[in-house]
Amino acid sequence: MRTLVVVGHGMVAHHLIETMRDRRLLRRWRVVVFGEEPRRAYDRVALSSLFADLEPADLTLDRDVAATEASGVEIVSGDAVVSIDRDARTVATASGREVAYDAAVLATGSYPFVPPVPGTDLPGVFTYRTVDDVDAMKAWAARPGVDRGAVLGGGLLGLEAAQALLSLGLETAVVEFAPRLMPQQVDEGGGAVLAGLVSALGPTVHTGAATEEIVAGGDGCVASLRLSDGSAVDAGMVVVAAGIRPRDGLARSAGLEIADRGGVVVDAGCTTSDPCVYAIGECAHAAGRTWGLVAPGYRMAEVVADRLAGGDATFAAVELNTKLKLLGVDVASIGSVQSATHPPGAEELTYADPLSGVYKKLVLSADGTRLHGAVLVGDATGYGALCQMLAGTMPVPERPESLILPGGDDGATIGVTSLADEAVICSCHGVTKAMLCTAIDGGAICEIGELKAATKAATGCGGCAPLVADVLHAELDAAGIERTDAMCEHFEHSRQELFDIVRTEGIATFADLLARHGHGRGCEVCRPAVASIFASLGVASHVLDGEHAALQDTNDHFLANIQKDGTYSVVPRIPGGEIAPEKLIVLGEVARDFGLYTKITGGQRVDLFGARVDQLPAIWQRLIDAGFESGHAYAKALRTVKSCVGSTWCRYGVQDSVTLAIDIELRYRGLRAPHKIKGAVAGCTRDCSEAKIKDFGVIATDAGWSLYVCGNGGMVPRVATLFAEDLDRDTLLTYLDRFLMFYVRTADRLERTATWFAKRPGGIEELRRILVDDELGICSQLEAEMERHVDSYRCEWRAALEDPSTAARFVSFVNAPDAVDPEVVFVPERGQIRPARPEERFLSGPTVEVELS
Amino acid sequence: MTQTLTRMPESTWVDVCPLGRLLPDRGVCALVGGTQVAVFRTSGDALYAVSNWDPFGRAPVISRGLVGSVGVEPKVASPLLKHTFSLETGMCFEEPSVALDVYDVRVHDGMVQVSTA
Repeated sequence: MRTLVVVGHGMVAHHLIETMRDRRLLRRWRVVVFGEEPRRAYDRVALSSLFADLEPADLTLDRDVAATEASGVEIVSGDAVVSIDRDARTVATASGREVAYDAAVLATGSYPFVPPVPGTDLPGVFTYRTVDDVDAMKAWAARPGVDRGAVLGGGLLGLEAAQALLSLGLETAVVEFAPRLMPQQVDEGGGAVLAGLVSALGPTVHTGAATEEIVAGGDGCVASLRLSDGSAVDAGMVVVAAGIRPRDGLARSAGLEIADRGGVVVDAGCTTSDPCVYAIGECAHAAGRTWGLVAPGYRMAEVVADRLAGGDATFAAVELNTKLKLLGVDVASIGSVQSATHPPGAEELTYADPLSGVYKKLVLSADGTRLHGAVLVGDATGYGALCQMLAGTMPVPERPESLILPGGDDGATIGVTSLADEAVICSCHGVTKAMLCTAIDGGAICEIGELKAATKAATGCGGCAPLVADVLHAELDAAGIERTDAMCEHFEHSRQELFDIVRTEGIATFADLLARHGHGRGCEVCRPAVASIFASLGVASHVLDGEHAALQDTNDHFLANIQKDGTYSVVPRIPGGEIAPEKLIVLGEVARDFGLYTKITGGQRVDLFGARVDQLPAIWQRLIDAGFESGHAYAKALRTVKSCVGSTWCRYGVQDSVTLAIDIELRYRGLRAPHKIKGAVAGCTRDCSEAKIKDFGVIATDAGWSLYVCGNGGMVPRVATLFAEDLDRDTLLTYLDRFLMFYVRTADRLERTATWFAKRPGGIEELRRILVDDELGICSQLEAEMERHVDSYRCEWRAALEDPSTAARFVSFVNAPDAVDPEVVFVPERGQIRPARPEERFLSGPTVEVELS
Repeated sequence: MTQTLTRMPESTWVDVCPLGRLLPDRGVCALVGGTQVAVFRTSGDALYAVSNWDPFGRAPVISRGLVGSVGVEPKVASPLLKHTFSLETGMCFEEPSVALDVYDVRVHDGMVQVSTA
């Protein structure tokens, strides 16, 4: 057994260990990993999500620490290697530990470059690379008086830092020395569009400006920046994001060869000038340069794993294609983007629409058959296809301009079938089309989630997710496998497709929909799903009107919830959980008079159990006379909006949560959806109404309301994701209108918001782009659809009681309307009724019915 | 020995309701000599009658289930645990060893009738 010491525990080191485990190298190598940070490897690329709603633990890469340790890997966090004795082949750590190695891997990463500007050491000046940096930034931003921030650096990292400052509630300025933002990734034209998009989102942008000094205020902390053009930028907090430098100090003092501009020099096998020491990731100078992205680092880790296994894998220069979303703006850069790096004779094709904030450029060979580079700003669709064209694994279309013109061919229609098998689909994990196809195996895998788990494709940056989905669908089609999102044997469409068909073709009956787009008679799956679509779109004015009655399952048909013994329960609406004593008394009287069992629900209302169908109209007549209305507990619809007492009574409350909860519940009452919808409003951050496990949750802040979406309790609990903060009431309702209607439009049948959210590849950022930035241009439609719902709402029970023909349906026996169902038998328990168990049915009740089968 | 099948006399037919009372693809429950019978009229205007007792959910609820089809065979789904049963044979599609009782049903002078024989 030989010993491998890994110096550093970041993403690349983690990938090395994973690769070694996958290649069964841990049987031959004992591995000791030393990390300087107090936590194990985490997803540093996703660091900015810590400013949204994720916790550091969410970013942890090693999900099964016990298994890692059992496989013979010792991971030491919070203890940096401080020296290497190459003659003795030992490393020494800060805590004084000494470990002998047979081979060592340097994976020390990089450190933030801090330009030599006076004042970078002032309190309130931060760098942005680690979880600890994030914690320090958050703590500083919370100090009183810190309401403006500035970022030194307008590159990728700088814009991420700007986003972080904005999310901390600071007015933010970005200062970039180069004449444009993201100078490495985009050209001048793209930079101009990018600056416009970024400024529109809040930050002030200063390009072509050098920071001459970071100036302290009277308290000795940072107060402003002085720029080369003489202007000043007020800032109670500064983040330096001016680039990174390889961490080669350890290698330097160990006498290893270092490149002129930094970085541990390695050969194609990632070996340093000492054959027993490798270097990988951002600290390594490989193939003639250093590499500041994670994908090349992963490739180096795989090369070292292969070398440790006795192989001869080599690392070659890779294309630094990047696609990111910064401040909600899509930016992609592929291959050569600056004219200085274009091959001779290359031609540029540019499309710019500054009004809508889109800039696209292609760099092509003179004959237009080869792609050398591309820049996409504001709209990065087609990124995956362009990467393939750059690699030569997908042909450039005959009219390449169609790739960037609006309404043109974004590469999707070229189709993944034209992709070569060796085409790398996921560059983060090096997954080729052939590897995906092998995993799909003609249908062994039918779901995108399974495919991602099996191949790791689209689990890195996620930029390839659409292409991975295309490959899956193409493979399943080729294998003749039915799509798994088909509704049932009667419709080959998904619910979303049926929704769009009904909406766009104006179909108003199930028979018509079946005749035009389905076959057979329908079933218990498609009938209620279509009924829900009709109800959501307001096609039926009442769920029991005409033919629609035959589509409703029994709950919707009797406007009550069926229970195990065939009786029903009744739940009147109690908006926000607030109820006056008189109405509470009526509930008690009705329950007593009809002999019903009563229980308080989790949604802050009262459920009355044990009603026979023939009792329902009389029960509801009493409830409606007392001012109650349907609670829609029987429907896939908005259920309740739970609330705490809020600032009205509670000494901690900062907003009136009860009033808002009532307003929201009354606004969306009766909204039919793919599944039930539960909401909550909390009057302060303590969240006593459990808003973070609701489909939508509203939590009061000092400045307004924060909106959380897609949470769930139940079988698979999911904490809701923060959608937007500090909203005023009107904006909150606008976002809720859009969110709920978008869910209604696009979710699968019986899919709660949490599941729906998990399936959407773009996550919360995509939702924000669609519902806040109106990327799809549908927000006004969504709002209009919700207005129509709000305006047309009426209580279904009131309407049912007014209609003699619907009321006549509520009989147990059509040929004996006055007969009481003898199968319904109750026994007493704790002063109320409960259904008799089978063995009790013979002992109690006035009628004994023996069922012979 | 072969058992002789005897045609039931007219008087064993029990009235359920006028045909117009039945909504297409929806069921009703009738009391037929103390037995609960679920009666359905499909959109093709065919009539079916099966026992109302759900043998899985152990409750009298079949008449409140949704009507549909498997291939060309009409079926009903129990509203409790969603087992589906053939309206023609009563057989449960998920557990073919279990079946609902099937009853004769007809329209006589505009009246839907069921026979328990």
